Amino acid sequence: MNVQAEIDTLKAKDFASDQEVRWCPGCGDYAILKGVQRTLAEIGTPPENVVFISGIGCSSRFPYYLSTYGFHTIHGRAPAVATGVKLANPELDVWIVTGDGDGLSIGGNHLLHVLRRNVDVQILLFNNEIYGLTKGQYSPTSRIGTRSPSTPMGSLDRPLLPAQFALGANASFVARAVDTQQKHMPDVLKRAHAHNGASFVEIYQNCIVYNDGVFSSFAEKETADAGQLRVEHGQPMIFGKDRQRGIRMVPDTFSLEVVEIGKDGVTEADLLVHDEGDRILAGLLAEMRGPDYPVAIGVLFCEETQSYDTAVYQQVAQVREHASITDLNELLRGGATWTVTE
Amino acid sequence: MVTSTAAELEPTDGHREEVESVVVRFAGDSGDGMQLTGSQFTLATALAGNDLATFPDFPAEIRAPIGTTFGVSAFQINFGAREIATAGDAPDVLVAMNPAALKVNIGELNTGGTVIVDIGTFSDRNLKKAGFTEDPLANGSLDDFQVLSIDISKLTLESVKEFGLGNKEALRSKNMWTLGLVYWLYDRDRQPTLDWLRDKFAKRGNIADANIAAINAGHAFGETAELPSGLHGYKVRHADIAPGLYRTVTGAEALAWGMAMGAKLANLRLLLASYPITPASPLLHILAGMKQFDIVTFQAEDEIAAVCAAIGGAYAGSLGVTSSSGPGIALKGEAIGLAVGVELPLVVVNSQRAGPSTGMPTKTEQSDLYQAVFGRNADAPLVVLAAASPADCFEVAIEAVRLATKYMTPVMLLTDGYIGNASEPWLIPDLDAFEPFPVEFAGQAEDFHPYSRNGETLARPWARPGTPGLQHRIGGIERQDGSGNISYDAENHQRMTDLRARKIAGIADDVPPQGVELGPKSGRLAVVGWGSTHGPIHRAVGNMLDQGLEVAHIHLRNIWPLPRNLGELLSGYEAILVPEMNNGQLVTVLRAEYLVPAEGLNKVNGQPFKITEIENAIRARLEG
Repeated sequence: MNVQAEIDTLKAKDFASDQEVRWCPGCGDYAILKGVQRTLAEIGTPPENVVFISGIGCSSRFPYYLSTYGFHTIHGRAPAVATGVKLANPELDVWIVTGDGDGLSIGGNHLLHVLRRNVDVQILLFNNEIYGLTKGQYSPTSRIGTRSPSTPMGSLDRPLLPAQFALGANASFVARAVDTQQKHMPDVLKRAHAHNGASFVEIYQNCIVYNDGVFSSFAEKETADAGQLRVEHGQPMIFGKDRQRGIRMVPDTFSLEVVEIGKDGVTEADLLVHDEGDRILAGLLAEMRGPDYPVAIGVLFCEETQSYDTAVYQQVAQVREHASITDLNELLRGGATWTVTE
Repeated sequence: MVTSTAAELEPTDGHREEVESVVVRFAGDSGDGMQLTGSQFTLATALAGNDLATFPDFPAEIRAPIGTTFGVSAFQINFGAREIATAGDAPDVLVAMNPAALKVNIGELNTGGTVIVDIGTFSDRNLKKAGFTEDPLANGSLDDFQVLSIDISKLTLESVKEFGLGNKEALRSKNMWTLGLVYWLYDRDRQPTLDWLRDKFAKRGNIADANIAAINAGHAFGETAELPSGLHGYKVRHADIAPGLYRTVTGAEALAWGMAMGAKLANLRLLLASYPITPASPLLHILAGMKQFDIVTFQAEDEIAAVCAAIGGAYAGSLGVTSSSGPGIALKGEAIGLAVGVELPLVVVNSQRAGPSTGMPTKTEQSDLYQAVFGRNADAPLVVLAAASPADCFEVAIEAVRLATKYMTPVMLLTDGYIGNASEPWLIPDLDAFEPFPVEFAGQAEDFHPYSRNGETLARPWARPGTPGLQHRIGGIERQDGSGNISYDAENHQRMTDLRARKIAGIADDVPPQGVELGPKSGRLAVVGWGSTHGPIHRAVGNMLDQGLEVAHIHLRNIWPLPRNLGELLSGYEAILVPEMNNGQLVTVLRAEYLVPAEGLNKVNGQPFKITEIENAIRARLEG
């Protein structure tokens, strides 16, 4: 996966397949596709070394629209298939595309384990808080009260926050992006790609048909500045149209609060500085939601670790170096044997 | 490594009674070490040049309460100077290490058989725990047997007292004392077991010493004690078996080595992805210890992840193997359907057990034939093979790999708990003599179509990610013939469904024609079996042929597709009997496929067929 094609030789369109894209007009997936194609071109991995693996759902059609290798598998199981691919050939650059239903409902177990094991893959979870392909039922990320064909009086069960789930699964890389933010998304995806281990990226994606505007409070052009906190390692947490607001730690309650710079004596020096290596801080950031807090976007957490597939092959190499029996004929003849003569 | 020739091990004691074959069952509490005792006796017996078959029978509980009937663990071995086909219908010798072991097993002992009991365990409390209301040693209930009552517990303690072990630890050598006695009874060489103990307890010398002292004391007891009249040492001559180098092998070992060999012949890395389940886990354990053979094992988070990882491995160019038992195979069903659709090679091993649901995990059954052949949504044909014995697993595993890679298809390999755990002598094959079948991956091509087909096999090309120019997309949605692109076209779905069916059906031309193992090639009765019923059917049919009955034994390895000539072969018999450890599955398939008057002989009590059960069924049909 570290083979780099000559810089500037690949363009975003080189990563488009000949298949007609069949998402609903206006779907956030188009923007993500564009962002991913641009990212791939910028990374420069030869397309033949790239594999996109998906489960089932609108998002999971993704591999068909890329000129790389692609495997559209079964509902929820993409992380397991991807793990097999990496175990067979760790050199491949493997991306998983999933959604909130595919990844967190039917495939929740596999997502948990691919993150915990730290398989070297990039996981793009398109979160639109709804089931699209099955026509609009509520999902595990839908807010309480979501009216859908299966919950006509509003959903009752508590949703989960994908980034929190990933952190709880001991993920080594957790980030967020927004479908329409085409400048920001490739940066996050490149970071995910560079990370050695399982990189989890939640992408807020607007479903124009069944859940239109569910992220409008922070994902649209007019709301982004006030509704989002772009976190960057080593940088103070500032947001707002005039960059007047910030996030401060309240030590007594171990919680975050939104403050106005210049008000009540608050200066930039009082603000929290983002530390990607701090899992606790990442958890607090992941939990921030409107209307009182901005939504944290960017790399919330990144921890340098060894990936599972690397460790597996280290063990194999170790065994190969020390094994006394390396021939199957010899293995079968080891232990107690006896000869029967004529 | 112990290597000796059978001739050197001929008994030297001229006073021993010679017998042709014997069945011994060791039974005791789960913690009494009966499986270990049995496997040591098996090794000594193999080294003595006898043919043999074994049947380990243990409870599902890891450590059931001591002294209870449900905590009884047993190991049966049939050995002899003739060909041994099964672990034996009924024991001639029962070793009962406690009252519960006696209670559970005495009913099966042959009349006139010998029962060796450790009376040191026959306390009122233990009798009560075993469900005896009175002492079976005193109430005449054992009058039909020769009873050898020995205070094995006390004698063991005496034999090991010099090693300074605590009472509990010292009593652990009871099984070795007993093994020593049985070694004397059948004139077995103790040395391999003594070597094994030295090796196993290399770091705890006094434990090794105690166990060795116990074996020797048990053996000396046989030599010197006054045994009840009629009880004496026996001699079992070595069997007339094909010359060569032998070892004992369990089904799980043969399966693991066969998979490794298959991968080697196919020139592929082996990726086994599995989730622990009884009785399938040993395959994972064995292959996990074989990393130097380009084998990667993966303990997945669940059954579905296991099969999906194997499919992912296959997609990336490895030999993907997954292994489970019936309940796990059920969970894998959707993913196996994916492998059928995307036409990737995959080997799925099912170590069948009694069911449905959790059923009886440690008890054997062969009731997943329907599941293997038909158990997926939609028309999803694949190859089904069945292993007939522990050693047969080796060849069947290689054949599974050959068919999976040649035809780009999932192959289901059926074995069962009995085959997996049982062991038998195995003439070790020369692996250099196997014909390799290296996989040819698709190479760079101008005009590549992932669903183009080989004209002969109908297999599609195997194009590995990483190959420049072959980037393509596959998936579970119906694929356009040729391009593999998504297609909802009605005609295309018909064509692809037909192609998938024809591809699998055509494999019937690439497997050996069905032969007849014993008896006439046509006639009055064919007994048709598959899987682990091989032993009892073979012996029963052999015995009936000796008695002049017109009966044949046909045993199927290829369950799906069935061998090309099978229909014609079966039509040559007036009657067809299909013994199965299920409620009648192969029999239904045979009736449906060939419209033959096959009838079932069915049994699902967790135990293999007895030879007499099959003999009686044959007689009923031919002598009635």
